[in-house]
Amino acid sequence: MIKEIQIIIGGAAGEGSKKAGLIIAKLFNLYGFHVFIHEDYCSVIKGGHNFSQISVSSRKKSAINEKIDFLLALNYDTIEKHKEKLKEDGILIYDSEIEGDIDLEEDRAIKIPLSDIVNEAEGIPLMKNTALVAAFSKITGMKLEKIEETLRREFKKETEKNLEVARLAYQKSEKKREIEEEKDEFLPLFCGNHAVALGAIDAGLENYFAYPMTPSTGVLQFLSNVKGIRTFQPESEIAVINAGIGSAYTGRRTMIGTSGGGFALMTEGVSLSAISETPLLIVMSQRMGPATGVPTYQAQGDLLFTLFSGHGDMMRFVVAPGDATDCYYLAGEALNIAWRYQMPAILLLDKEISENTYELETKERVKKEDIIKAEGDAENYNRYEGEDISPLLFPGEGGVVKATGYEHDKKGVATEDAEKVKEMVEKRIRKHEKLKEELREKETIKVENRDAKTAVIFWGSTKGAMLEATKDMDLRLIQIIVVQPFPEEKIKEALKGVEKIICVETNATGQMAQALSMHGVKSDEKILKYNGRPFFVEELKRELEKIV
Amino acid sequence: MENIILPTKNTWCPGCGNFGIQGALKSVIEERGKDKIAIVTGIGCHGKMADYLNVNSFYSLHGRAIPTAVGVKIGNEELDVICCAGDGDAYNEGIAHLIHSAKRNSNITLIVHDNHAFALTVKQATSTSPRGFKGSTTPEGSIEDPINPLEMMLSIDTTFIARGYSGKKEHLSNIIKEGINHKGFSFIEVLQPCIAWHNTYADYNNRTYEMEENFLSYEKAREKIREWDYSNNESKIPLGIFYKKEKETFEEQMGKIYPANIEDLLEKNR
Repeated sequence: MIKEIQIIIGGAAGEGSKKAGLIIAKLFNLYGFHVFIHEDYCSVIKGGHNFSQISVSSRKKSAINEKIDFLLALNYDTIEKHKEKLKEDGILIYDSEIEGDIDLEEDRAIKIPLSDIVNEAEGIPLMKNTALVAAFSKITGMKLEKIEETLRREFKKETEKNLEVARLAYQKSEKKREIEEEKDEFLPLFCGNHAVALGAIDAGLENYFAYPMTPSTGVLQFLSNVKGIRTFQPESEIAVINAGIGSAYTGRRTMIGTSGGGFALMTEGVSLSAISETPLLIVMSQRMGPATGVPTYQAQGDLLFTLFSGHGDMMRFVVAPGDATDCYYLAGEALNIAWRYQMPAILLLDKEISENTYELETKERVKKEDIIKAEGDAENYNRYEGEDISPLLFPGEGGVVKATGYEHDKKGVATEDAEKVKEMVEKRIRKHEKLKEELREKETIKVENRDAKTAVIFWGSTKGAMLEATKDMDLRLIQIIVVQPFPEEKIKEALKGVEKIICVETNATGQMAQALSMHGVKSDEKILKYNGRPFFVEELKRELEKIV
Repeated sequence: MENIILPTKNTWCPGCGNFGIQGALKSVIEERGKDKIAIVTGIGCHGKMADYLNVNSFYSLHGRAIPTAVGVKIGNEELDVICCAGDGDAYNEGIAHLIHSAKRNSNITLIVHDNHAFALTVKQATSTSPRGFKGSTTPEGSIEDPINPLEMMLSIDTTFIARGYSGKKEHLSNIIKEGINHKGFSFIEVLQPCIAWHNTYADYNNRTYEMEENFLSYEKAREKIREWDYSNNESKIPLGIFYKKEKETFEEQMGKIYPANIEDLLEKNR
């Protein structure tokens, strides 16, 4: 039997509800359950309302439901905003100091004296979250040793104090449910941003440059703590991309990161990477725009912007992962492709993938792939030699390496000569044709249930909710992974025999549907959501059922 | 001696101040050997330097030569990175990069080819054009005052500040050599007459002089730098190295690059 639990834990910013959510997820993970965490927070440092929704399941699931089993509240806002989501037998566990209308039967609203517990253990107010988690673990029937084990791993500082708080809270709470251990595979938990970093490292990453911007900042934070990688936070996104190009010119595998607004500033550099054939991997994590928009919430609103980023007639390699495992593999793949084809590659994420916590599978490890290096006579080296991909040489290796943003001859000297201009444009086109050829053999789209008459096309972070919502529906599922070069042939092949095409996206204008129509695929229906929040499983199922 | 000048067609105007800078760079490159030198240029007349010198080069975007050069240095510290930028590049489009790279003491040498005009776009005013500069977009004369770039750079404690003149090639190449040898951000402003739009040869020949004393104290340097504020046509113009200071470079303080390992990171999150 499938066992599922949905938990929301919330509080004001600065109260540590995110950390508490992670500990809950790890506790269930320790019991052998699959877990997923959706983070929801406001653009403030103190106050506001932040929450984590933890999805616990006896089978793999990376999506959240509308209805929840437990609501854990550090402040009244949490109760007020989420109380209605509780199932009929759902339980609220809250700080006894919270004042306000609770309006739930007594046995479904459990008060825990968090401050008293923390004071008794002589802890600090922040440890109220530890007390709340420990009380929850008792109520759900978990063993004390499991919470102790988890806290020891999670708190390297003030470990004993936190354990003391946890023991007291555990003692003072009453068991209400039973929990049985699942025996499933036990995977490490990572958010998409961190998984990107891991994949890039395995593909030989050396330098990472970025300017802070939600939701991509986590990549910079994570990599600043990894020894061997040089991280650099310059004065602007414009500096980021140009410094990234400079670094790659010296042969260093370089990645840069940003979100929509920062990427808008970078686009001239995307163009420079293309014409100068300087390899560059760009992590572009979408948030809800336009402009500052809703900065800590998600949208798939930058697909078309990314596909057309950079002025001039040029191509990029663009991939859209759907979860952390996709992030790991596709970051590696994109870094390798950027270097083998000497072109800009873009990893298109969004706030959900960047910051939500997933189980990460890395069974087959990403490998650093070889580049084409120039051999022999370095003295007569020409940077742009050849029909398509030119052999690389780096400054300091004995030759003269001339890279340029001007149209150029094979040496790398600017030219306006009609014949030479045309030749060089075609050289880059041939490179892209070669890439398209290689991609024919790769998984650029993922198709499930090929016989169904109705197809649903989706991409990026909707993957989790989509797989979950359609479990009992007869639908052909098509996840588009590579979005440039657009896998037109594969999509058309996957759509053979289909009677209806539905496109699901979290934007208001149906950007993937537009991209599809540019390639001659017309969507019959669109399911769009654009309030900054991801699809809930039940919601998506309802929307799909309306159509089919 | 290997050929430092590429046999490409040179399109600078005859008598262009850039020839003087090219000559100075040529002697620097000849002396140091070209393998460990990388030149980064911006866009404008100066940028063609990348096409005319037979050395490693990155011909970057307008205003973005400095961050590109900073990236090259982070990528390979063994390289002597010489960044050529115009006044439009360094003082207009890319002024934020100038200030921040000097502030962090990136170990690159910046040469600003300052002709006080956007020349390649056919004469418009830049940050160092004098008030009253009659360009194609300021027919009545510019209504803005120029900045004194040296004073600006001194105010943020740039670790090497110098000014040369393309008409004094040997003096200029000595400054550039000192700049490359300096560990840190070397800021070299070069007065470069634009023969087509802003011919200042006669004026500079008359007013510039080589300082007897170089490497001055902060206060003395400021005094010297203020002798000419870029806005008048009367005062004398001192040339030389005004200020130099020892300070750890940015790259020295960054961690070393070596293959990273993710095993521990995977283990930690189990």
